[in-house]
Amino acid sequence: MRIYVCVKQVPDTSGKVAVNPDGTLNRASMAAIINPDDMSAIEQALRIKDTTHCQVTVVTMGPAPAEGMLREIIAMGADDAVLISAREFGGSDTFATSQIIAAAIHKLGLGKEDMIFCGRQAIDGDTAQVGPQIAEKLGIPQVTYAAGIKKSESLILVKRMLEDGYMMIEVQTPCLITCIKDKSIKPRYMTLSGIMECYSKPLLVLDFEALKEEPLIELDTIGLKGSPTNIFKSFTPPQKGVGIMLQGSDKEKVDDLVDRLKTKHVI
Amino acid sequence: MNFNSTDIHSFRDIWVFCEQRDGKLMNTDFELISEGRKLADERGSKLVGILLGYEVKDIAKELGGYGADKVIVCDHPELKFYTTDAYAKVLCDVVMEEKPEVLLIGATNIGRDLGPRCAARLRTGLTADCTHLDINTKKYIDFLSTSSTLDVASMSFPMEDTNLKMTRPAFGGHLMATIICPRFRPCMSTVRPGVMKKAQFSQEKADACQIVMRHVELSPEDLKTKVINIAKEAKKMVDLIGADIIVSVGRGISKDVDGGILLAQKLAEAFGDGVVGGSRAVIDSGWLPADHQVGQTGKTVHPKVYVALGISGAIQHKAGMQDSELIIAVNKDETAPIFDCADYGIAGDLFKVVPIMIEAIKETKNA
Ligand SMILES: Cc1cc2nc3c(=O)[nH]c(=O)nc-3n(C[C@H](O)[C@H](O)[C@H](O)COP(=O)(O)OP(=O)(O)OC[C@H]3O[C@@H](n4cnc5c(N)ncnc54)[C@H](O)[C@@H]3O)c2cc1C
Ligand SMILES: Nc1ncnc2c1ncn2[C@@H]1O[C@H](COP(=O)(O)O)[C@@H](O)[C@H]1O
Repeated sequence: MRIYVCVKQVPDTSGKVAVNPDGTLNRASMAAIINPDDMSAIEQALRIKDTTHCQVTVVTMGPAPAEGMLREIIAMGADDAVLISAREFGGSDTFATSQIIAAAIHKLGLGKEDMIFCGRQAIDGDTAQVGPQIAEKLGIPQVTYAAGIKKSESLILVKRMLEDGYMMIEVQTPCLITCIKDKSIKPRYMTLSGIMECYSKPLLVLDFEALKEEPLIELDTIGLKGSPTNIFKSFTPPQKGVGIMLQGSDKEKVDDLVDRLKTKHVI
Repeated sequence: MNFNSTDIHSFRDIWVFCEQRDGKLMNTDFELISEGRKLADERGSKLVGILLGYEVKDIAKELGGYGADKVIVCDHPELKFYTTDAYAKVLCDVVMEEKPEVLLIGATNIGRDLGPRCAARLRTGLTADCTHLDINTKKYIDFLSTSSTLDVASMSFPMEDTNLKMTRPAFGGHLMATIICPRFRPCMSTVRPGVMKKAQFSQEKADACQIVMRHVELSPEDLKTKVINIAKEAKKMVDLIGADIIVSVGRGISKDVDGGILLAQKLAEAFGDGVVGGSRAVIDSGWLPADHQVGQTGKTVHPKVYVALGISGAIQHKAGMQDSELIIAVNKDETAPIFDCADYGIAGDLFKVVPIMIEAIKETKNA
C-alpha cells in the first residue's frame, strides 16, 4: 500500500503582504511555508504508516527550491518524494495543475489499495479544487474536508465535516481524501534521525519530457496559456475612508457615539 | 453524447445548482437565484435552477419566487443525502445534455466538493469562492470604479465581451482578482454564502415558475462511497449571516474572557436582537465555537451595525466584515488597523467603555 501526499509550498499570507505596483504579489518578499492544511494530510498519512508500515510518498509541483520542503517532510517520516517541475507547467490553474499531478501519479502507479491525501485548500488561492480534480482525472472516489481517517482492513472510514456537523463516510480504495486542520491532528516534528537521513532518501524529479507523453496530459490545457481560467484583472480594494475617532473621556466618546447613532436612526 | 466544452456558441442560459439538506433549501440558493436573475437579465437569457434530492419536488417552486424561470428536479432515493459520486453524475449528465452557459454553485462544504469534480468532468474552468459577478462590461467597469484603486478611465475594455467576469479575493484578501473562462463552457463558479443579496420574494413569480421533473439513472457501480451516518451539532448555530447587529470580540477580551463575552452579549441585546461573533484568535483559543468566526476563513457578514471589541483588524478579519453598513470599533491601541475601516472609533479599554455604552443606549431607547 502506498499513500501519495500532495503538498504545496505557499507564501505566508499571515504577516505583512507586499504587493507590486502592477497588482501582483511580491513573492520574493515573503517567507515560503508548507501549506497548513497539507500538514494535516502529512500527519494523517504518517499515522497510517505508523500502524501499517505503508509507503508514504510526498508529491509537489513547483519550482526547484521546493526540494527543501520535500526533504523536511521526509525528515518527518515520509519515505520518498516527487518534484514535478518544468517551465511549461508554470502558471497552471487548478484544472491544469490537477491534470499534471494526476498524470504523474498515474505514471508512478496507483494500486488497488493506494490512497492520495491532499490538503483541503492552499492559502495562496483558497480554492480547494486541486484535490477533487485529481480524483476525477484518475477516476477514483473522493472525500473532502476530512477531520479523521480510519483504516481497518480494506475499509476506509472518513469523518467529513459539514458546516453544522459531520458525516461518516465509507469509501473504497483507491481514493483521494482532502484533509483539514483539527485539534486531533497535530502535525509531528522532524526527528533527529529523519533529518540525518533525509538527503539519502529517493527524490524523483519529473520534468516536461517525463510527462508529456502521458495519456492524462492534454498539451492544450496545461501551463499559463492552456489553463481554462485566466486572470482578467487583478486589483487592490480601496481603503475605506478612515472614519471618525471620537474624542474626550470614555463617557464623552460614548455620548458622542450614541448621539450620532441616533441621528442616523440606528438606535 | 456529443458534448464539447469548447463549442462555446452552443451554450445558453444561466443555471444555479440549488443545494438542499434534509429536504430543505438553503439560504445560499435564494442568494444565488437572486444574483443569477440579474445575470440572466444582463445576458437576455433564462434562469434555471437545478435541484437534486429525494421527494423534493414540492420545495422547488419557492426558487421561482426569487427569480428562477424554471427548476429542473432530479429525484432519486440515492440523492437523499449528498454523495460526490451520485450528485456529480446526475448534475454532469444533465449539464452535458442541456448545455448551460453559466453554472453557479454555493461555496458551501458540499458545493466546494461538487464544483471542482464536475468542472474536471465537463472539461471547463471553475473559479472558487466568488464575491462578485458580472456579464455586462459596463456594469463591470462601474464595479471597478467603486471597488478598486485602478484608474478605470485610462483603461480600455472589450465592451462586447460576454464572458462571466468572476471576482474573488486572493492571497488572504490582500488582492482581488477577476477571472474569466474564455475558451470553455459552462463558465462555472462557486459563490461565497452570505455575499449576494437575496431578492424580495414574490408569490406570483413562484406560482409561475415551471417545474420539470427529470429521469435519473444511477447504478450501484456509480457509487463508490457510502454515507454511514450524519451527525448534527446539537447546539443551535448562530445566524451571523442573517443578523442585523453583530458585536464581535477579539483577543482583547483575554484578561476576562467570560466577562468580555457577556459584555458583548449585553451590548448586542441593547442594540436589539444582535448576535455575538469573534475573530479567529477567539475561536482558536476555544473561547467561542467555530460558527462564530467572522473573516476570510469564517463568515462574510454585512449587518447594519458591526461592533468590533478588542479586535486588531487583520486583513483576514476585515475581509469578512468591511462591507458592513456601519462599523464601530473599540480598541485600546489607537493605531490598530481596525480603525481604518471603522466609521466610528473609540480608543479605550473595552471593559470600561462597553458598560457605559450599554447604559447610554438603553437610556436613549427608553427616553
Ligand atoms: C489564512 C488565514 C486565514 C485567517 N482567517 C481569519 C478569519 O477568518 N477571521 C479572523 O478574525 N482572523 C483570521 N486570520 C487571523 C488574523 O490574521 C489575525 O491573527 C486575527 O484576526 C487576530 O485576532 P484579534 O484581532 O482578535 O487578535 P489580536 O491581533 O491579538 O488583537 C487584539 C486586539 O485587542 C486590543 N486589546 C487588548 N486588550 C484590550 C482591551 N482591554 N480593550 C480594548 N482593546 C484591547 C489590542 O490592542 C489588539 O489590537 C487568518 C489568518 C490566516 C493566516
Ligand atoms: N502545486 C501543487 N503541488 C502539489 N499539491 C498541490 C499543488 N497545488 C495544490 N495542491 C494540493 O491540492 C490542495 C488544494 O489546493 P488548492 O486547490 O490550490 O486550494 C493543496 O492543499 C495540496 O494538497
